[in-house]
Amino acid sequence: MSATEAPKPAPAGAPSKAPATNRIGHTLQDYKGAASTLCAGCGHDSITSQIQRALFESGVNPYNVAKMSGIGCSSKTTAYFLSLSHGFNSVHGRAPAVATGSYLANRELLHICVSGDGDTASIGLGHFMHMMRRNVPMVYIIENNGVYGLTKGQFSATADKGSTHKKGFENEMMPIDACALAIEMGCDYVARSFSGDIKQLVPLLKGAMCHGGTSIVDVVSPCVTFNNHEGSTKSLKFARENEEPLQEIGFVPYYDEIKADYPEGTMKTIELTDGSKLTLKKLERDYDPSDKMRALDLLQKARDERLFLTGLLYHNPNSSKGIADQLNMVDVPLAHLPESVTVPSAAVLAEIMEEYK
Amino acid sequence: MSLQTDADSPTATATPLPSTAPIGNEADAIVNDVVIQVATSNGTGSQSANLVLMRTIFEMGVPVSGKNMFPSNIQGLPTWFTIRVNKDGWSARRRDADVFVAMNPESAAEDIAGMRPGSILILNEELQKFQNRDDIHVFVVPFNKLVIPVCPDGRLRRLVVNMMYVGVVAYLLHLDVEELKGAIARQFSKKPKAAELNSNAALAGYQWAAENLPKQYKFVVKRMDKTKGKVIIDGNSAAALGLMYGGITVFAWYPITPSSSLGEALIDYMARYRHDPETGKATYAIVQAEDELAAMAMVVGAGWDGARAATSTSGPGISLMAELTGLAYFTEIPAVIVDVQRVGPSTGLPTRTNQGDMLKAYLLSHGDCKHPLLIPGNVKECYEFGIEALNLAERLQTPIFLMTDLDMGMNLWMTDPFEAPTKPLDRGKVLTAEDLNRLGEFARYRDVDGDGIGYRTLPGTKHPNAAFFTQGAGHDDRAKRSEKPEDWQGNLDRLTHKFNHARTIMPKPVLNADEGATLAIIGFGTSDPAIEEARHILRTQHGVKSSYLRLRSLPASAEVIQYLKDNDKVYLVEQNRDAQVASILRMENPELGNRIVSVLHYCGLPLDAQSIVEQLEVHLGKRKS
Repeated sequence: MSATEAPKPAPAGAPSKAPATNRIGHTLQDYKGAASTLCAGCGHDSITSQIQRALFESGVNPYNVAKMSGIGCSSKTTAYFLSLSHGFNSVHGRAPAVATGSYLANRELLHICVSGDGDTASIGLGHFMHMMRRNVPMVYIIENNGVYGLTKGQFSATADKGSTHKKGFENEMMPIDACALAIEMGCDYVARSFSGDIKQLVPLLKGAMCHGGTSIVDVVSPCVTFNNHEGSTKSLKFARENEEPLQEIGFVPYYDEIKADYPEGTMKTIELTDGSKLTLKKLERDYDPSDKMRALDLLQKARDERLFLTGLLYHNPNSSKGIADQLNMVDVPLAHLPESVTVPSAAVLAEIMEEYK
Repeated sequence: MSLQTDADSPTATATPLPSTAPIGNEADAIVNDVVIQVATSNGTGSQSANLVLMRTIFEMGVPVSGKNMFPSNIQGLPTWFTIRVNKDGWSARRRDADVFVAMNPESAAEDIAGMRPGSILILNEELQKFQNRDDIHVFVVPFNKLVIPVCPDGRLRRLVVNMMYVGVVAYLLHLDVEELKGAIARQFSKKPKAAELNSNAALAGYQWAAENLPKQYKFVVKRMDKTKGKVIIDGNSAAALGLMYGGITVFAWYPITPSSSLGEALIDYMARYRHDPETGKATYAIVQAEDELAAMAMVVGAGWDGARAATSTSGPGISLMAELTGLAYFTEIPAVIVDVQRVGPSTGLPTRTNQGDMLKAYLLSHGDCKHPLLIPGNVKECYEFGIEALNLAERLQTPIFLMTDLDMGMNLWMTDPFEAPTKPLDRGKVLTAEDLNRLGEFARYRDVDGDGIGYRTLPGTKHPNAAFFTQGAGHDDRAKRSEKPEDWQGNLDRLTHKFNHARTIMPKPVLNADEGATLAIIGFGTSDPAIEEARHILRTQHGVKSSYLRLRSLPASAEVIQYLKDNDKVYLVEQNRDAQVASILRMENPELGNRIVSVLHYCGLPLDAQSIVEQLEVHLGKRKS
């Protein structure tokens, strides 16, 4: 099923004035949350705005969303959007596992999990990997700034080798590339973006919401307080100057036609699980996001040459089975099953007891 | 060295020529009170043989229980299986065996050295070099020669030879051959070839014994009528059945001895009985998590959404679940954790039993944390409390621990059959969109009913006032983040109030008291059969009458406190070094603390009655410490 709802026909004689509501009657305000308590200029706040916009424009029903997060600056942001949705700010690094349990209990909800690089690449790396291995349907956003902000600026595991700390010393270790790991684990939708690239991030998020399995969106999101200095490869300046988008991305919902007109051979169309599409306009590189080995190769090159490549890195056109199908689960959310279904009869118990006699 | 000796009889002769003189006489026989212990290597299929032996005795109507003492290993290390046959139904461990079957060269020397004088040894011929006792009865059996004609396939002989000692024991203890055949047919009901092979082996053993061994009358098993309608089951299977009848929908686990067989049993039951008859689809999800952290995280995530969710583990897993347990306690999310306790700390003795997680489970996680514990004292309660744990978790919106142990979980106990639940599931306080239309709004953590339990809405509830933000950070009664001292302390006080409410709705203790009791005992869990047997010994051999309060849950209810008030001195029996439950009772009732005298057992073996009696004798001044 689609997380988004098809538009209702406009009532006859409705005023033609630009609507302040989306196609299910919600305003952008309905997708907002509490006021952010993050530092002024934080990349995460920009991502929060793009999440709101993607949800609003896609007409996602706020009552159908579960917001999941771990601990850290990024995880706080689930309070800053969708106050109409239930949210669960859980434990550092464990959100993928908590969200897995939540999905198993209610597979009708759109699970949006917001995490940071500490959550994903360090304390919760194992849970992150196993969530993808199980293909739990979820939009998993990594707000990646290369540092631990709440504890005042220690390097995280995604800090690039040679990137400098605020105090001047260099990171000597190889970074963990969450996108490369995701592709390796069989994740079918893997994207990287930049918090300042609104044009790209919104369609990538919309696409992630329409994908039937785990979708990973790794967003480089500069920490303006602890990692924005000269020598940092996650600073605003570095990201702005070095971002190399692989494609120009457009999103076409399942109920719309592709209208953009590009010269032949310059545009690829990616069909998503619910029938929506991403349009990928070719830029400098000729890149095929359905080629897994090519994607891994390019990410390795990016790591070696310190390239900041963004866009849709990998999409598997033959989506893998999600966890609900792997477990052959009923369509009804397990949490809603009545007792008549979940408690076997007394006759069954008598039958079982007979086997132990 | 190779003498078959008989301490009681001057007619003992040397092997291989067997003595024909009977051992003991029929008139003085001990009937239906015998402990049989079998030493084999693990991984040789001896479990099937031992189950057949147990089943044969059970079908003869004689109460029987079985304990497997096994190594943390897959193949080749010593393992012991003990069958206690007792007409009065005593099922606790007894320290020594009456009949010992020695099949394992690794342990034979020590096994034989440890035998009680006057007991019976059935010795594999090849192990004769280890036999140097002249105060036991020895029956040497050439098992490895006898198995050759019975089992032409050399590769299977290692397994089939075990069924031959079943035949020998059956002959010596006067077991019913027809029941023996029936037990084998049942054990291998799905493998007719194996059934035939094993039946032949057992009967060949029986036949050889009949032709070559003297009659034995010291210990005799005679048909009775005490097992009719009973079942034999292990605690892990029972708890798994409880979870299924408690309407579990999400189970997340990570394999760990001794709880793994609970997960495996649940997988089997659910596959059989919890699929939609029309679509064939599962009405549940069982996930083998990447670790216990994740298992508990999945349970908490599922409980948040309104699923009936549980996990099972043992001590090391409990350590890993500490973080998420604190989250569930403070965010007030239902969760059930079955802790099949084993011996710690660290890896400890993974295949031995203990009650060493009581204090840790009670206070698990950091900060001001405490959790209700359900403590089944028998396999039937494992089933009943499995259901009750899921009910209490949703009622109290908190993690509930079901505390069993290896002895309960992995050993075989005779019990009355379980009964299907008669009352509906308790789904706790959940507000729907309709409720919100009526009420207008709600505050997630407000104590509306005076029991400390707030109302919750489930994710997906289609109402503008339904959503709230669940967080482990400090929050006010509307679930909004708050660092105000009064919000924090108020919340903790309400949680205490809720915990005290739990005292009033958890299973009450069971009190068994002799008329005119002069001795008061508290115990719980698998200590129960040993305590009851110890009371019987005190009553019949020492003339001491006692009362016994069996704790079935924590926090302690008013009845438990009253029992402490009513008795100046209470002996609290537990299977751990540091008297953990005594510590809990003292912590909460300091004025009664000095009334508690601990009786402790923590060597890793199941508790036996004699250990209790001996410690009590010291306290009663009848024995020097």
